[in-house]
Amino acid sequence: MNFPDDLQYTREHEWCRVKGGRAVVGITDHAQDALGDVVYLELPKVGDVLKKGETFGVVESTKAVSDLFAPVSGKVVEVNDPLVDAPETVNEDPYEEGWMIQVEMSDPKELKELLDPAAYRKFLEEEAE
Amino acid sequence: MANPTGWKPSVEKESGGAGGPARPGTGGAVRGLAYEEKLIFEHAGGDRSGVSLPAPTGAWDPAREIPAGLLRGEVEGLPSLAELDVVRHFTRLSVWNHGIDTGFYPLGSCTMKYNPKSSEALARLPGFAAAHPLLPAEMCQGSLELMYRLERALSEISGFAGTTIAPAAGAHGELCGLMMIRAYHVARGNARKKVLIPDTAHGTNPASAAFNGYRTVEVKSGPDGRLHPDAVRAVMDEDVAAIMITNPNTLGVFESDIAAIAEVVHAKGGLVYGDGANLNALLGVARPGDMGFDVMQFNLHKTFATPHGGGGPGSGPVAVKEALLPFLPLPVVVREGAAYRLVADPAERPRTVGRLREFHGNFGMMVRAWALIRELGPEGLRRSAELAVLNANYVRARLQDVYHLPYATDSLHEVVFTDKLQKAAGVSTMDVAKALIDEGFHPPTVYFPLVVAGALMIEPTETESKETLDAFVEGMRAIAARAAADPDALHAAPVKPVRARLDETRAARKPVLRWTPGMALE
Amino acid sequence: MRYHPHTPDDVRRMLDAVGAPDVETLFRSIPAPLRLGRPLDVPPAVDEIGLLGELGRLAAANRVEHPPFLGAGAYPHHVPPAVDQLLLRGEFFTAYTPYQPEVSQGTLQALFEWQTFVTLLTGLEVANASMYDGATAMAEAALMATRLTDRRKIVVSAAVHPDYRAVLATYLASTGDEIVTVPWGADGRTDLQALERAVDGATAAVIVGYPNFLGVVDALPEAAALARKAGALAISVTGEAVAFGLLEAPGKLGADVAVGTMQSFGAGLNFGGPAAGFLSLRQEHVRQMPGRVCGATVDKQGRRGFVLTLSTREQHIRREKATSNICTNAGLMALAATIHLSLLGRRGLAQLARVNFERARMLRDAMGRAGFAPTFSGPVFNELAFEVGDAAAVVARLAKKGIAAGAPLSRWFPEPRFRGSLLCAATELHAPELIELFARSVRG
Repeated sequence: MNFPDDLQYTREHEWCRVKGGRAVVGITDHAQDALGDVVYLELPKVGDVLKKGETFGVVESTKAVSDLFAPVSGKVVEVNDPLVDAPETVNEDPYEEGWMIQVEMSDPKELKELLDPAAYRKFLEEEAE
Repeated sequence: MANPTGWKPSVEKESGGAGGPARPGTGGAVRGLAYEEKLIFEHAGGDRSGVSLPAPTGAWDPAREIPAGLLRGEVEGLPSLAELDVVRHFTRLSVWNHGIDTGFYPLGSCTMKYNPKSSEALARLPGFAAAHPLLPAEMCQGSLELMYRLERALSEISGFAGTTIAPAAGAHGELCGLMMIRAYHVARGNARKKVLIPDTAHGTNPASAAFNGYRTVEVKSGPDGRLHPDAVRAVMDEDVAAIMITNPNTLGVFESDIAAIAEVVHAKGGLVYGDGANLNALLGVARPGDMGFDVMQFNLHKTFATPHGGGGPGSGPVAVKEALLPFLPLPVVVREGAAYRLVADPAERPRTVGRLREFHGNFGMMVRAWALIRELGPEGLRRSAELAVLNANYVRARLQDVYHLPYATDSLHEVVFTDKLQKAAGVSTMDVAKALIDEGFHPPTVYFPLVVAGALMIEPTETESKETLDAFVEGMRAIAARAAADPDALHAAPVKPVRARLDETRAARKPVLRWTPGMALE
Repeated sequence: MRYHPHTPDDVRRMLDAVGAPDVETLFRSIPAPLRLGRPLDVPPAVDEIGLLGELGRLAAANRVEHPPFLGAGAYPHHVPPAVDQLLLRGEFFTAYTPYQPEVSQGTLQALFEWQTFVTLLTGLEVANASMYDGATAMAEAALMATRLTDRRKIVVSAAVHPDYRAVLATYLASTGDEIVTVPWGADGRTDLQALERAVDGATAAVIVGYPNFLGVVDALPEAAALARKAGALAISVTGEAVAFGLLEAPGKLGADVAVGTMQSFGAGLNFGGPAAGFLSLRQEHVRQMPGRVCGATVDKQGRRGFVLTLSTREQHIRREKATSNICTNAGLMALAATIHLSLLGRRGLAQLARVNFERARMLRDAMGRAGFAPTFSGPVFNELAFEVGDAAAVVARLAKKGIAAGAPLSRWFPEPRFRGSLLCAATELHAPELIELFARSVRG
């Protein structure tokens, strides 16, 4: 399973890519695999204000529905709207085309609390037990 | 010999190959004569109707009384068919279904026992079927007496003080049970915050708890598939309103420590809710009310053989201990002297949780359940439980060498296997389920309970003969053998029904939920 | 016992296979103190002849020789025998929820047809595979409105069926949502000025009957417009679905959600249940729709087929977040309505609705000649209230003659001004002569 080095991860299986003051957010390869075929997404609107750890949307697969949790606090500045009509992209390309939102971070210090790829892998192993 | 017609039978063309007769499954399935059938809306239109009704007189004009904007003409899109075409349409649809009447239906925790035909005849007696729910009491004493007697019998069978027969289904009963639990705690000054739910619980339990404003806390079962008093004690406190326990649980295992668990919960002022989905295993043998349960919901469509109807209507009565009687929903039937009466006014029952549905419950289901209880009597009820348990144990004994049994603990009315032994060949529980269809059986409950990976949950029920079970066992064993020899064939199953495996992802991604003119699935 | 196929020899051989000396051993996991240890105290078994006799006597103790002049949420209608004979096909009535679509295509296609019928009648885009009944459909719709709007106030007309409102109150008892009830006016329609005052930015839904509990065709377009202005959902509730054969579809009048019961199609009365509830709404709300739903798809060979879909919310990873706990619905009753509506078809439904409309006028005229005026001045379909003096006394008097006279409004509305109001329905089952006899009997 692929966990790119340039990303940071949450224990709820979101990833976060930092670009200047912005964070691009999606769900991990592990999450899409565990969910199975993604069939529906509910994403926030541009301008919504998110708080770290709170839900910002919903992802629904044929197997389950799950909340999406904000890895960092801030304002939503961009939403990957085409995803809503092509939810399979989340399965096919979770880290590039499958990104979900971009957040203008209000407290970049929060990034320190996220996991690096090695820590996320370790977390997954522990969770599997 | 002369052949004056010149006709030659094309034997080679019509037999053998893919078009040849299918191997009969051990459940007897071959390809039947099934028909493609359009949607009812796709049949040709025209000025037809399949009913015979009085003609309107034309003496009153709706346009003179009802505002123009609120009137409409004929509803566009409705079909226009003569009676025969409608009858043929639904007859053809019906043969695409597998029902209990068609073949063995071992859907775990659903108790798919035979639905007596006499019950259907009785529910259709005009006295029952044509009775309006708001008839004055003196005009519906028969219905009221039946409801009263059923309520008394259910209370006796389960060991509780009283039962509401209003809830429309098992999950509705759960909702009702938790409402009463909440009302009970509120009456003591604190609604409490949490409900404990074992990992072997029914899927609807957490939703029912959340509906009543409770946070759910999962309790893990032990390696024997049972819930243990220590596990409950560790999470039990005075914020816990109740624990929801299915007994026997969804592994078919009796919660032998139930009395001790109930003590733990009661000691902190909590209540014990029983999901009665698996009551069939206990009929006449043991009663939830005698084990420490305070509330329990029935499923008349499971235990008492009212038809499952392709997904309802169900009926989910809820039985309670003395302390919870004041909270029962309305209406309730009472006997006063020789007469029966419905209590529907909250003024008479000020602590009631209120009304749960329109009118009095699914009365049609009550007639059928009462009919079965009457025909079985005390000995027959107990015999039902005994044979249901015998059947499940027989299937377990005859399959445990070819399918993995995750829990060696005693089974009651159902047994859970997994696909662990087949996984190596790439064959999953889903493949086994679909292959069973080609044998002529309805698959068991699959991938449930969630605590068992790849679960196959088999509940034969008491109405199945040894002969049927033997055929099922033979089919399951044949599938296990094929899993090793020819896994690809199993991935392709089923091939005998009118449809192969269906694309559920597509259905969910681009929902098409109704017919529209010219509809096509691109 | 005819439902227990085991011979003593079968039992012995099965026990041998299990390795148990007797059946009792199979129950050893139940501790002795928890055993019952005595036969259940239920009546002794009867044979089939005894059973038919006993339940036949109970059925005969109900008085159903005339069709009741009663509606109030359950309507006496003719159900063609073809409906019941098709329902009795075991493949339909002995199947369960279509978890295995390949062997459930009959049930599934019929549900898809049901969903289509519901949308055609309600004028909305989507419907689910049925609800327990009309009252729970309305409560679930209100809960859905609170989720969609993130608001906590439900405004409901007092002219919505009082039992439906009671169920709403029961369902909302633990959610903290507020219910505001708006009165009706002299015409029996929802008081629009009061409604306007009640609806505000905190309102999740506005609920009105169509036709309402009083039989009156309520001011749905006006109520829906008020809801829309406030950003609330307009929910219409229909207890008598035959009205859809004459009245404009609620979806065309601004309703966002239409709920109610299809009891009038195929179900019969059955002392109040079962009958299929329906819930229909706009496409944009489909992902918040409670209950089961059937969708079209294709099989491995590209052929059209049907599956249960959008059902994963029941299996929400945080399961307590499921949109509702509904599992079983009213599948067989949805099938009954589907068959009945198929038989009726476009022409038959319009004809049935027209006959109902006329029979209510025959009743109104006959009651008028007997000296009883309608309680409300608003337009009605096939049900209306009359002023008969002491309604409860009339009902008691006619019961002695085996006639179910109607529902006294005082049953739900204890105010003295409703003491005389008797809510009566007339359908295709009420022949003109019976209507005349009824009006004369009410006069006494």
